[in-house]
Amino acid sequence: MGASKDSAVSDEINQQWTTRARRGLAKSFPYEKLLPDTQPSYLSSWIYVFGALTIGALAMIILSGAVLSIEGPTWWHQSSLGLFVNSLHLWSVELFFFFMVVHMWGKYFMGAWRGKRALTWMSGAVTFSISIAAGFTGYVSQTNFDSQWIATQAKDGINSTGAGAFFNVLNVGQMLMWHIVLLPAVVIALVAIHVILVRHRGIVPPYTEQAREVTP
Amino acid sequence: MVSVFALVASVFNLDTQGHYLRWGFIEISVTNLVVIILMVLVFIAAITIPFHRKRNH
Repeated sequence: MGASKDSAVSDEINQQWTTRARRGLAKSFPYEKLLPDTQPSYLSSWIYVFGALTIGALAMIILSGAVLSIEGPTWWHQSSLGLFVNSLHLWSVELFFFFMVVHMWGKYFMGAWRGKRALTWMSGAVTFSISIAAGFTGYVSQTNFDSQWIATQAKDGINSTGAGAFFNVLNVGQMLMWHIVLLPAVVIALVAIHVILVRHRGIVPPYTEQAREVTP
Repeated sequence: MVSVFALVASVFNLDTQGHYLRWGFIEISVTNLVVIILMVLVFIAAITIPFHRKRNH
């Protein structure tokens, strides 16, 4: 009687979503995959560095952006330190896109979607697209003549897509909120998903390495 | 420190109109073209320059 009761409890525990989620995560993301201590020898090329460089630039964007948020537009337009942090934010963005494009070129030519890595590739491509929107909302949130010019030039294009109904580039308050809350949250979430997928599936092997695995 | 800023500003005067290259319907700013060329050069360097490491696995 006691044994059957224990079995029933065990079954119930096994069916709990927390139990199933924990086991699924432990199977898909063991510690050795999440924080590896060794990497395959084919990673010894500079082209594999650009993903990490992109994340480094993103960290600088977020840090400098946080300082700009604390101090506000008057500070970043008028004080020397504010101008410096504003420039740091801009140049971090320049480097972010620079590194990301070189990263994407590398992954494109090595066919990084091979070996069930399509979702990894797509999450990266979507991150690139969302980052462009994040960059754009930053340009129209500068609160200077540049941002006014860009917004008035962009409004017709945005309105022609129908997005102008809820995404008004002439509304600087709305653009600033998109720039400092919504889009960074999406970019950070997508980058996190992208990195987790890279850790889950591993770095794509070169074509030559894959051919060697298929025909030993 | 201010003199350093003045020196840099005199070399890279950004307070001017942008320069554009036009070829038929194609139009690109010199700045964007320079960035694209730099990205291509960095890409070529990344796949050609040897990456030295102490251990192989």
